[in-house]
Parts: sequence; C-alpha cells; structure tokens
Amino acid sequence: MELNFSKKGNILIVEIMGDIDHHTCHMLREETDRNFEEMRGKHILFSFQGVEFMDSSGIGVLIGRYKQIKGLGGRVAVAGAGEKIREIFRISALDKLIPAFRTKEDAVLYLEGGNQN
Amino acid sequence: MKNHMRVFFDAKSENESLARMVAAVFFAALNPTVSELSDIKTAVSEAVTNAIIHGYEGKEGIVELYCAYDDKKLYIEVGDTGVGIADIAKAMEPLYTSKPELERSGMGFTIMETFMDAMRVESGKDGGTRVFLEKNLCEE
Repeated sequence: MELNFSKKGNILIVEIMGDIDHHTCHMLREETDRNFEEMRGKHILFSFQGVEFMDSSGIGVLIGRYKQIKGLGGRVAVAGAGEKIREIFRISALDKLIPAFRTKEDAVLYLEGGNQN
Repeated sequence: MKNHMRVFFDAKSENESLARMVAAVFFAALNPTVSELSDIKTAVSEAVTNAIIHGYEGKEGIVELYCAYDDKKLYIEVGDTGVGIADIAKAMEPLYTSKPELERSGMGFTIMETFMDAMRVESGKDGGTRVFLEKNLCEE
C-alpha cells in the first residue's frame, strides 16, 4: 500500500493506493493519525481512486477516524470508491456516518460545509 | 468440470493477500464476472483474517484454505486449529467484535454471508474453527 498526504484548507487528503486489509490497515491508521496531528487539519478526505480491494478491516479504520474527528468537531468523507467497496459501506451502514462521493471535488465541498449530497 | 486444491500457510497477516489471490486465480478458470471474483476475494480475506486475529490471536499457527468447484458451484473452506469460538451465534451478529481495541468492525461474517450464497461455521472452544462458504456463479 502507498499513501500520499496533502492538505487543502483544513482538510487532510489521504490518497490510498493498494489493497486495504488487516495487514495494510495498520499503516493506514498510523500514518493518517500521524499526518493529521502534524498537519493540524480539521477534516479528513480518503481518496479511494487507487483502491481495488477493501475488506471489513477498512471499515474499522474509517469508523475509528470518524469517531476521533467527530469528537474534534470535524467530518470524514470518502471519494472515488468503486461499486464493491461502496456495497461494503452500505452493508455496514458506514455510509450513514461517512458519505461517499464520486469525486474529490464533491467531497471537498461537503467537508467545507456546502453540498450534503 | 470438477477441480479442487488445498493450501496451508502461516497465520501471518501478509498471507491474507496471498490467500485471496490464490483463490481468485483458482476460480478464474470458471470465467467468473469481476463482481463475483471480488465477492470471493472479500469472503476469503474475511475468513483468513478471522483465523489469524481470532483463531490464533496473533500467535503462530497454520491456516488451511480449501477451494473446489463442480461446474458453476464453488466451495471454499478456511480452517484453523486455534482457540475456537465459544458462542458462534454471538460472533455472527453484525457489528459484534471481541476485539474492539483493534478497531475491528465486527462485520466479517455479515460480509461473508452477503457476498456468498451459503455460509456455515463449525467451531468449539479450543477446537479450532472451520468456515464453509458456497457460491453459485451465474450462468452465461
């Protein structure tokens, strides 16, 4: 798995490339937390454009980040997830907490407080 | 057409991707759709992860992956000889996890059930666990 971190305003953008499973989710969790602390963001956007596979390990990491960020008054969103990954979001009701958007731009709009789609 | 295979590997998290890739390559002979292949990979990943995290609790052990097909019907079994599940019904409840401290979502069995056509679990305290999965591929 490869991770790229960037910041847009107060949003930490995490670009994930590779599979998300129990083996790789440690890195996703630790690197996201470290970068979030260093970059002093408010919201997190996970870009799934480069993710072909995710199992329930990914749900745990996303819910964990959601709980942390919500406690600090921020929001979490996902962009670019494929159909199968979105199905996993729906089965676990993760989509009720963390909205999934087609594009990063739409997700940024949501996180900045605009579009609720 | 019938075929089967059985592989054994160490209960290490880096072998989770190996397990789902092996299963995907084995079943690719049946020309599954991209969606079906993704369902299989996800179910195998969930079962193998359970064996590593819950069966062996992160300690050493061997995980067995059995895959077979008979025409368009697929069979998958994932077995461990670890600590077993004391209460299978509880373990299968959506969102239930015995390891919340590891940020486990408790959705593994639910996802296996959703993505496969049948699922059965045999387990007993200290007797290991074996997950049986079945899936019917759509006819062309």
